[in-house]
Amino acid sequence: MALGKDLLGLEHLTAEDLLLILDTAEPFKEVSERAIKKVPALRGKTIVNLFFEASTRTRISFEFAEKRLSADTVNVSASGSSVQKGENLVDTARNLEAMKIDMVVIRHGSSGAARFLGERIASNVINAGDGKHEHPTQGLLDLLTIRDRRPIAGTKACIVGDVLHSRVARSNIWGLLKLGAEVAVCGPKSLLPLGIEGLGVRVFHRIEEAIAWADVLNVLRLQMERMESGYIPSQREYYRVFGVTLERLERAPRELLILHPGPMNRGVEIDSRVADGPHSVILDQVTNGVAVRMAVLYLLAGGRPELAEAAKGGGDH
Amino acid sequence: MKPLVLKGGRVVDPSQRRDEVADVVLMGGTVAGIGRGQGTPDGAEVLDAAGLVVAPGFVDLHVHLREPGREDAETIATGARAAVAGGYTTVCAMPNTDPVCDNQAAVGFVLKQAREAGLAHVYPIGAVSLGQRGEYLTEFGEMVAAGAVAVSDDGKPVATAHLMRTALEYAQTFGIPVIDHCEDHSLTAGSAMHEGLVSARLGLKGWPRSAEDVVVARDLALAELTGGHVHLAHMSTAGAARLIREAKARGVRVTAEVTPHHLALTDACCEGYDTNAKMNPPLRETHDLEAMREALVDGTIDCIATDHAPHPYDAKDQEFDDAPFGIVGLETALGVAMVELVAPGRMGLPALIHRMATRPAEIARLPAGTLRTGAPADVVAFDPAAEWTVDPTRFFSKSRNTPFAGRRLRGLVRWTVVGGRVAHAGGGARP
Repeated sequence: MALGKDLLGLEHLTAEDLLLILDTAEPFKEVSERAIKKVPALRGKTIVNLFFEASTRTRISFEFAEKRLSADTVNVSASGSSVQKGENLVDTARNLEAMKIDMVVIRHGSSGAARFLGERIASNVINAGDGKHEHPTQGLLDLLTIRDRRPIAGTKACIVGDVLHSRVARSNIWGLLKLGAEVAVCGPKSLLPLGIEGLGVRVFHRIEEAIAWADVLNVLRLQMERMESGYIPSQREYYRVFGVTLERLERAPRELLILHPGPMNRGVEIDSRVADGPHSVILDQVTNGVAVRMAVLYLLAGGRPELAEAAKGGGDH
Repeated sequence: MKPLVLKGGRVVDPSQRRDEVADVVLMGGTVAGIGRGQGTPDGAEVLDAAGLVVAPGFVDLHVHLREPGREDAETIATGARAAVAGGYTTVCAMPNTDPVCDNQAAVGFVLKQAREAGLAHVYPIGAVSLGQRGEYLTEFGEMVAAGAVAVSDDGKPVATAHLMRTALEYAQTFGIPVIDHCEDHSLTAGSAMHEGLVSARLGLKGWPRSAEDVVVARDLALAELTGGHVHLAHMSTAGAARLIREAKARGVRVTAEVTPHHLALTDACCEGYDTNAKMNPPLRETHDLEAMREALVDGTIDCIATDHAPHPYDAKDQEFDDAPFGIVGLETALGVAMVELVAPGRMGLPALIHRMATRPAEIARLPAGTLRTGAPADVVAFDPAAEWTVDPTRFFSKSRNTPFAGRRLRGLVRWTVVGGRVAHAGGGARP
């Protein structure tokens, strides 16, 4: 398979790889619309969802994707597990391997943790977010959501907010650049990585300029911890200076598409009227998330893309 | 002890500006003389040094030998064994052990273990502050009387400007340098690597150059204020080199060291989250590397020190954020320096030996770094042309954590002589 054993990030995938995943996701969208939301593509496969960090949305989305493909799944969260008792990631990996599983979906607080696991076990590893590094399935579902509305090539997409600490931002930057979009980031300099221009993105420090430039805004969640550690002074000022508000969007030269990876802080990084408004595709992102994750699981398990349509149809694939 | 003659080698002794083919005669634990075609003393053992460089044994101002506390990573005996394998006859042990070397008894313990090992000379460095907690000065006087040769809170910076000031003042009574680890913790909390494009891509918290530069600037100002001797450990940034150069020009009593890895590697080595590239200070960018080489060549940075930092085999087998900092360096230092500095012609052999032996001995006022008649018979003989491949499983150190595994290096230690005895005989047979 062109994708290799693991999905660790979008940085090292080609445009062809990305399109393969997005195109494979298309037929899987329909499965979730059915009365009986289940196809047998991964019947007999065992998948562990290994979440070292709290997650609701991503974990549930993966779990639905796995169950709709008929895989057997086990959820492991850090609290209450051997991890909390001091077991390190190497030993966790060896124990999982010893239980003869097929795939691991890992969410971890350390950048590089998914790769670390992938290098040590024979099972497929899917990165569901590693530290501040990448969140590839989020990047993919964002691409799919944009592509549903407009061609990605030539689109001007701006990622707004705490890029420094965001794995979503990095996966978005790689995915969008590879598919021919122009990419910018916007935020206070204290929340942008030093030298981010080196990745091939434009930088805005004023949200008004970003809105005037962009076709698509991907608005990142602002974590409370950023105030505590002194990156910015307050949520109140952040909203005043960087908030994506209806008033600011109304001044835009064209209609923007608004994405947000969730969970949202209404009235902090995004105005409720924008989040709930006609340009928001935030819930479409959630729906596409399941289809994209089904596609990734299917492809890594060795499924052939040309059979994805058939795979969703019946048992004789 | 039988007299020992290293016959017919290229004798390079920067302390005497000597670089000639000659015999080195060692008797009674000291250098008896250097000359051509000297008679061999009765009963002497003769080592054929033809084709080898014969030089004062190397001196390392900065090693972590982990004993007491982490004997699973290294002991004073295994560290001293690794030292002589790398051509080092003298090493200075940093005090960040468990417990911390912050009193005369702890200093005595290091010396006792070193004496029992009977390999390289090991000189203890005492802590600047009790427990390295950055609060109260340790008893410099008692530690020096017991054998300490410097003070440092290495692993951490001297915590406050006031503590650094008093340490630099108080140390002058005892004629020892204060060695500082220059890192502003408020800029490096949670950081795992250099701040730049690579850290931005890998999503690792970046460690800016300025975290080093601001403490270097502080220490230089305080050395100037007090007239004390500050020695700056493991420099890594172009900015630090600039600050030191400027301070030296004004006569500030500052000396500085750089590690082999900061002369050879950049933050690109962190790609793939390779924890053997995780160092404190972190590997920087190409222009820092060039600034370090230039500063070592022009004397702004005085010497090479390894910052030998052993960790048990599984300690680096973790997520990058959680892995400990540092690498072992004693057994690869010469090879890396030869490849990075001498082979490309940045520096001649006499200059390299000055920075690995003569100059560090001067900085800590150690009886080493010279082959003058009467000096301790501490000598290294190495083949400057021999190439070898780094195989960490063959290290004498207890630990294997090195980013140089698999690298071709040049310069193979043939004999290391400590106090007139052969402490290490390396084969020409290394693959």
